[in-house]
Amino acid sequence: MSSSSVSETGGPNFVRPNFPVKSSARSHRNQAIMVSLLIGCALVTLGTTVGIIYMLIKESMGFFAGDDINLWEFLTGTKWSVGRTQGKFDYGIWPLLSGTLRITAIAMILALPLGLVTAIYLSEYAPKSVRAILKPTLEILAGIPTVVLGFFAVKFITPNLLAPLGEFKTFNATAAGIAVGILCIPLVASLAEDALRAVPRTLREGAYGLGSTKLETTLKVIVPAALSGIISAFLLAVARAIGETMVVALAAGSSPTFTMDPRGPSQTMTGFIVHTFQSESVVPGTPGYYSIYAVAALLFLITFGITLIGQIVRMRYREEYN
Amino acid sequence: MKDEPKMDNVATPKKTHGMLKPKRPTLSQRNDASPEKNEQKLAIRLEDFNAYYGEFQAIKNINLDIMARQVTAFIGPSGCGKSTLLKWINRMNDIVPSAWAKGSIRMGDLEILKKQTDVVSLRRRVGMVFQKPNPFPKSIFDNVAFGPRLHFKIGKQDLAALVEWSLRKAAVWDEVKDRLHKSALGLSGGQQQRLCIARAIATGPEVLLMDEPCSALDPASTARVEDLVYELREQYTIVMVTHNMQQASRCSDRTAFFFEGEIVEEGETEQLFTRPKHQKTEDYVSGKFG
Repeated sequence: MSSSSVSETGGPNFVRPNFPVKSSARSHRNQAIMVSLLIGCALVTLGTTVGIIYMLIKESMGFFAGDDINLWEFLTGTKWSVGRTQGKFDYGIWPLLSGTLRITAIAMILALPLGLVTAIYLSEYAPKSVRAILKPTLEILAGIPTVVLGFFAVKFITPNLLAPLGEFKTFNATAAGIAVGILCIPLVASLAEDALRAVPRTLREGAYGLGSTKLETTLKVIVPAALSGIISAFLLAVARAIGETMVVALAAGSSPTFTMDPRGPSQTMTGFIVHTFQSESVVPGTPGYYSIYAVAALLFLITFGITLIGQIVRMRYREEYN
Repeated sequence: MKDEPKMDNVATPKKTHGMLKPKRPTLSQRNDASPEKNEQKLAIRLEDFNAYYGEFQAIKNINLDIMARQVTAFIGPSGCGKSTLLKWINRMNDIVPSAWAKGSIRMGDLEILKKQTDVVSLRRRVGMVFQKPNPFPKSIFDNVAFGPRLHFKIGKQDLAALVEWSLRKAAVWDEVKDRLHKSALGLSGGQQQRLCIARAIATGPEVLLMDEPCSALDPASTARVEDLVYELREQYTIVMVTHNMQQASRCSDRTAFFFEGEIVEEGETEQLFTRPKHQKTEDYVSGKFG
């Protein structure tokens, strides 16, 4: 009251309050500090990425610098025995790459349809009460440590589900693929559901207004409208499956095989890295040691490529609703 | 225009209910009837109609006759229940979990509010155009073909003819004929809305419900859609919700003025705007509130 004159009615008058004004310099300084802090945090991510890429390139250069190693044989060879027989070895990536592809394919056969159908059910059909149970269940599934899933593959999937179906080895590509698939279901379901839910309500109304049933609305309007999001969810799941390590290291075995047979063991690129890193026979500076980096670099290139394609699909085919 | 009789042949309903056989007269019958336009036919009759959202009563005891082949405009301030009523006529409120209604909405022999009423064939007969243009993210052709593909056993050629006819009827053919297979989302707002009208008439509805069809459009597009509405009433019964009183007076035959869930006044548009019977109507149409 002391800082204001008295209005006609006797109360305080705040038409021009004359309280002391705060210096704006402080606000400006805080602003500057915050901005540099934010830039700093963003740079950490960028720096880490650049650092990893640099390391991968540098160390795999070490691999290809070897006298009897060339890039072409690495990319096309179908025999891999690096790190086992010192001195004499084969370094064709295909046994590892095919192991990765085999397991990824099995995982996707399971995860893509199941994930998509779950997403459709959650977003279009599930009543609130079911959703309230199903969503957290999916999140729990997503939170299961991969090492547990690897265990589950060896100790449950192979003996209980696969053994009755045929001659499956203790460590085999199918069990590992199923476990990786289970791992990817929540990812696909949750990303695809986001995409479906983002379809504007007006499109649903339009379809209903023309006499569509719920199923027709979902399949003919909502899913096509969300297609770019669904495809990028699929691609992210593929990248996840390719990069998955713990499950395959445990359940897929450690023999690099170039085969289509899903019943036998098959080492993947990630599995190879883990197994080789742990084995004591690998001495830094030897081709066996450097091969880890070459495989890692290729793995990085593949997942990077898929992520990139996912981004492009999302950008290009995203529907612009006004 | 010469395509029209053909269309009536093409449009063989796929999902017919015994009681729901399309009663729509063919064009020739319609033309025969047109000299006596004064002899108005009843399209939809609402009796003691009440609508609710949960506990809240949005519409209170409405009685209203909607005449065939006329434009009936619903006007009134926001929240007065006019959109709710419109959405009950083709049961769009079914997708709103809390919405329920009692009373009667009859279209010919069909009691729309009955639970057993097949909403799929109801919505084929009662088309809807929405506030915001909502073309599907598909090609222009596929947008218009969407309804016919749902409802009719229709060959490729007939479908193409029906799509063209609908787009012509909706006065948008000339603008889209060279890009039928491009995405509908590339059209302007006004073109999109006319496309949505084409999409709605492609299933051969008797009634078109329009929920503020011009509220998201610029004045030039609005004028085109209004002209279109005026032309379409030759063949369709149109019920239009609008906030724009000039629009109601420009392109409707009859107007119903809603206030707080009730119809205050209903009558010939000209009479309602120039010689309203109720003080409240006069206040609203003269802009004193709303």
